Amino acid sequence: MDYSEKVIDHYTHPRNVGEIEDASGIGKVGNPVCGDIMKIYIKVEDNIITDVKFKTFGCGAAIATSSISTELIKGLTLEKALELKNGDVVDKLDGLPPVKIHCSLLAEEAIHEAIADYYRKEGKMTEEEIVKKCNLKPHHDACPHKIKE
Amino acid sequence: MKNIYFDNAATTRIDDKVLEKMLPYLKENYGNASAIYKLGKESHKAIEEVRNFIAETFNCNKDEIYFTSGGSESDNTALKGIAYANKDKGKHIITSKIEHPAILETCKQLSKDGFDITYLNVDENGIVDLEELKSSIREDTILISVMFANNEIGTIEPIKEIGKIAHEHGIIFHTDAVQAVGTIKIDVEKMNIDSFSASAHKFHGPKGIGILYMKKGIKFNPLIAGGHQEKSKRAGTENVASIVGLGEALKIAYENLEEKNKKIKELRDYYFKEVEKRIPYIKMNGDLKNRLPGNANISFRFIEGEGLLLNLDNIGICASSGSACTSGSLDPSHVLLAIGLPHEIAHGSLRISIGKYNTKEEVDYLIDNLVEIVERLRNMSPLYEEFLEEEK
Repeated sequence: MDYSEKVIDHYTHPRNVGEIEDASGIGKVGNPVCGDIMKIYIKVEDNIITDVKFKTFGCGAAIATSSISTELIKGLTLEKALELKNGDVVDKLDGLPPVKIHCSLLAEEAIHEAIADYYRKEGKMTEEEIVKKCNLKPHHDACPHKIKE
Repeated sequence: MKNIYFDNAATTRIDDKVLEKMLPYLKENYGNASAIYKLGKESHKAIEEVRNFIAETFNCNKDEIYFTSGGSESDNTALKGIAYANKDKGKHIITSKIEHPAILETCKQLSKDGFDITYLNVDENGIVDLEELKSSIREDTILISVMFANNEIGTIEPIKEIGKIAHEHGIIFHTDAVQAVGTIKIDVEKMNIDSFSASAHKFHGPKGIGILYMKKGIKFNPLIAGGHQEKSKRAGTENVASIVGLGEALKIAYENLEEKNKKIKELRDYYFKEVEKRIPYIKMNGDLKNRLPGNANISFRFIEGEGLLLNLDNIGICASSGSACTSGSLDPSHVLLAIGLPHEIAHGSLRISIGKYNTKEEVDYLIDNLVEIVERLRNMSPLYEEFLEEEK
């Protein structure tokens, strides 16, 4: 498996590992059968993500994408954070091996779920509006296990 | 950085003495073994000496030994060769669920070609069920192929008993002995083996050279057609240097075998004991008694194997895992699933295979780092977090 220097750096020294005690939103995606689960905690103040932490069970690519995603969304408005695409994450890591691309989707999904969780707690939007705004999909559309089933 | 090599089930470092023996056949003794002149005859003689030695080692006849390019080719030749040459007698083959892909994928190909394959279950330690084997045998069963020892979990199968059952029903018995040759003494007569596969690079020989033993009288088709080499059963100019290397490696492997195995097993057991003492929430995979001396396969719960391997690689340690991410497929190891591990526990497996060059210092270095890495990965695992919450 050929990982870029950036990927190696991120799984060796992952940034923002941990939990946020009084998180504004928590998103958890993936499942143990696939071999990857990502949980992301966000702290939101005035519509801005002021802190973010993650926990990931998964391969090197899953850990690296989790790590860099938390870096990328810290300080962003919720709207900007929702715009983060897995392609951007892969680019920032100087690429991922093709079989690992689906791992990068996990981070994007987890961020969306965490923001949705925040909106739900806030209670200003209907579930339908949240699903639309956060572009929530049935978990892991790209999960190869799903395709196989 | 120095490599600390704990992946001897994947391949081994060539023994210096083996390389030394090979070099003349890559330099001045380059003759084609089929040629009539002296230079060729020298090559021929070198090959036949090795063949004789192999025959002595496994208690068979030298005419029953064929050189191939390695374990995969031997497995393919044995299965396809026997299946196609004996298809008039029947098209049923029995194997196990924990075979090496060289067997499983060959069986898959054969099943596309009209052969019916039964895959035997194994128990939680990876041992095939002899009763299931007996009840799987049919009128049209032509071949049973069960591995001697498993490459992932090190479990040694009851080969002699399987061979006996096969022979009681007049069925040919092949065993993929790639992990066993060089570590376990094999007597094909006593063990009821009709055919086995072996590969030199698993016992400190060169890569790209293997053995196929095929008992006299068994009909089998060649996999590679061409010249008359290997009694017309395996065409291609003989790989003289590698054959010589294989012979020397085999000789060295079986010298002081008990002593070497004892030392390797002691290191393995020490690793087991220390890991058990220092790391909670683990599972030892494979049979603890009927096991290759150097194999240790442990699942570390709540973490994924690739992350573990990458962190070990960062500090120079070479090991292996049964996680999906390292297998290149979507599922974790078929062997770990066959012994009944849930996916998430199979994903967190680490295989260490200890060899003759490993030292206690290296094992200590491994364990110390493992303790730290497992803890670090668990601290970032949501599964571990949930587990601890439930424990409260």
